This record gives sequence, structure tokens and C-alpha cells, in this order.
Amino acid sequence: MIAIIDYGVGNLYSISHSLSFLGIENQVTRDRDQVLRADKLILPGVGAFGDARKKLSEGGMDALVVQKAQAGTPLLGICLGMQLLFQKSYEYGEHQGLSLIPGEVCPLQEDISPALKVPHIGWNGLRFLRPCPLTRYIQEGDSVYYVHSFYAKGAGEAVKAVSEYGVQVPGLVQRGNVFGAQFHPEKSGPVGLKILKAFGEVEGAC
Amino acid sequence: MIAKRIIPCLDVKNGRVVKGTNFEGIQDVADPVDMAKYYNGTGADELVFYDITASFEGRALFTDILKRTAAQVFIPLTVGGGIRDVDDFERVLSCGADKVSVNSGAIADPTLIDRAARRYGDQCVVLSMDVKRVNGQFRLFAKGGRVDTGIDALQWAHDGQERGAGELVVNSIDTDGVKQGFDLEMLSAVAERVTIPIIASGGAGKKEDFKTLFEAVPQVDAGLAASIFHRREVPLPALKEYLAGQGIPMRILREE
Repeated sequence: MIAIIDYGVGNLYSISHSLSFLGIENQVTRDRDQVLRADKLILPGVGAFGDARKKLSEGGMDALVVQKAQAGTPLLGICLGMQLLFQKSYEYGEHQGLSLIPGEVCPLQEDISPALKVPHIGWNGLRFLRPCPLTRYIQEGDSVYYVHSFYAKGAGEAVKAVSEYGVQVPGLVQRGNVFGAQFHPEKSGPVGLKILKAFGEVEGAC
Repeated sequence: MIAKRIIPCLDVKNGRVVKGTNFEGIQDVADPVDMAKYYNGTGADELVFYDITASFEGRALFTDILKRTAAQVFIPLTVGGGIRDVDDFERVLSCGADKVSVNSGAIADPTLIDRAARRYGDQCVVLSMDVKRVNGQFRLFAKGGRVDTGIDALQWAHDGQERGAGELVVNSIDTDGVKQGFDLEMLSAVAERVTIPIIASGGAGKKEDFKTLFEAVPQVDAGLAASIFHRREVPLPALKEYLAGQGIPMRILREE
């Protein structure tokens, strides 16, 4: 069972619907026991980093997610949920992340041409940099749906696929059993479903 | 590179998709859930559902359609029609919408944009505006394009962005349903006043109209249309392939 962690941010039901559509058992939950028992975790999120980080820490959910991830449970962070996996974010101040993947989350605006709009909203193609279990059913050039104003920097080898938007925006990151998608796989049509299907098949120690 | 988006709009009344010309003479087309699945499978980049029902029963039908669509269609869904307060945002978001489009509700109370953006994020708030030329000015119209508000549309677009709208749908009443192309003059004028993504609506009659749109007004991010897609006068997959061939960045679905 995949636990989709409900910590009060974002539309979790589209993630749940897409997993159900694929026949993957899932549960939207804020229950600690359910999260503890889950085979896999999805950390969703839209909105601002600081606010989300605070909400995730309520009831110690942040520590539980880190504990599960460190024990080998496959974890997928989506959009802001992916950004939370990094060490630090500079969205309205400076915030500590979960530090499961090295790197920092920085404003796109400072690094791209003013002619490019921020947020980066819409469909953009993926270029593969390194092998990743989540890309096994998709092809290079396949498009995914992004909505974000901040992006991961300094993630090094963890960056598995990027999209071009003035800079190389890390689209898919992975460090061991910890995965992140900056785009929304649950809103990326057939390509997104294939990425979720691949996550459903990732083997992990739980 | 980011792709230009092609967005079919489904106007839903009493559980069916309809589309009129110049907002009148409504004609029934098809079942909205079937149509959404068709568009999802043929490469639509996003779908807009517009609830044009006034009755309570119609509204219940609409939320049911939305729920059924969201369980099967995995591309962004924008919902509009009858959005007057933050509670209306909650109602459609909880049924599976990703973005909510406000129009007359924001004219009646512009702080609706601020409040919704603060609660759900800018990316969730789409400001939709119906614009018509009146005495040489681009004027904002309300109530489905029937009422002249007297408000300058360009100023309204700018203010909407400042309040937190994440995207702008610009519908030209002058070109809507005429099928002679998008209102390039109006769109260029709006594009000079905002930096948020612009979705152009009103006037598309043939595939070349989309090419002209994206080339003449490069700040436009998406083209929206209804009847030409529904009646397959401009079939959506053929349109996207044509545009890609013309050098317009497009998301093309691979054959499975």
C-alpha cells in the first residue's frame, strides 16, 4: 500500500485517483500508524515551502517520513513535496528541508531571462541525464506538466532527468530509495501514469 | 522548451456540453465525461469545464460530471462558472479541479482573487475576462458577456495579476464565434500589461488561426476553443501535428 501523506496542502485526490486507475493500492492519510505500515510513501505538496514544512512537522510527521526513508521505504516527493526532500529552501526566507537529497531550492527568476515567465507553467520535455527506475516506461523527449517558481540546485548526481527552461530544471531526482518529481505525474497524462506505475514497481526494504 | 498549450473548453449545461455563437443560440453536442476522455486521449494539454447551469439540480449534475472526469482524466482541469466565493473554490477543488476560473464573481468582488490566491496559491486562480471594444476602448464585460461594466479591460488584467491571479483567459466578444481568427490586437494589448500566462479565447476557425496567434503574439501561452474541436472542424490531434510541423513547440503524444 502506498500512503499519500495528507498534511493539509494541495490536491491529493488526483494522485490517489491516478494510482487507483493504475490498480495500485493507495490511501490518503495523516494517520501515523498507516504511514508506518505503508510499503511506499508519496509526499505531495503545493504552496509555499515554509508553510508546508511547518505543517509537515505537526505531530512529527516529518521525522516519521525521514525515518521510513532512511529505513529503505521508497519515497516519492511531488512538486513542493520534492523540494522538501532537499537540505534548504530560499522561498520567502531560509528554511531547512528534510535533507534526504543534497541540494538547495532556489528561485527560478534569479537564474533565467526576464523574457521567460515565472511560474514555469505547462508541458515541457524531459532529457535523461542518468538511469532512473522511474523512466523505464517513458522515452526521452516525453512531456510532463510543471507548475513551479523554485527549482533544485546543487543536486549533482541525484539529478536523473531535466527540462529546459532558461536553465536545466531538475525534473526527476533520485538518491537510493528517495525519488522526487518537480512536475506533476498525476497531471501529465499517459506519460505521468507510466512514471507512477514505475514507482509502484520500485522494490524497497520496508 | 516549454510547449504552447491547446485547450478545449466544455460548456456544460444540465449535464451536457453545449456551445453557442456569440453566447447565444446554444446547441447540444455530447456527454462531457466521454468528451473529456476523448480529449485526454488525443493530446489536449488541459481541459476547461465551464458550468453554465443556473439551477441547483444542474449544479449537482455538474459536480458529479467533474468527479467522474477527475477519476479518469489525468491532465490539468480548470473549472469555471458560478464561482462567487472561496467556498465555491472549495466545492470544485474537492471534486477534482486543479484550477478555478473566476469571471463575474471577481468583478462583483475583486478581493475574491486575493483571498483565493492566499488560500490555494496563485497557480490555482485563473482570471477569465470577456472583453469587447466600446468607443475605442477595450471594455470588460460581465454576466457571460452581456453587461458592460465600464471597466478598462487592460487595467483589470493588470490589477488581477497584482491581486494574485496565476493565469489569464482573455476572451474577445468581438471575435467569439466568428471563426475569422483570434483577436490579435486585443491580445497584444493585454500581453503588454501582464507577465502571467495568457490563454487566448474567441475566434479560432481553422488551424492556421492558431499558428498566426502564437507567431503574432509570442507572449500568448495557450489557445482555447470549443465548437471547432467538438464538431471536429479542426480535429485536435491534426492541429497539434500541424503546429509542430510549423515550428511551434507542441507536446505530441506518442503512438502506443
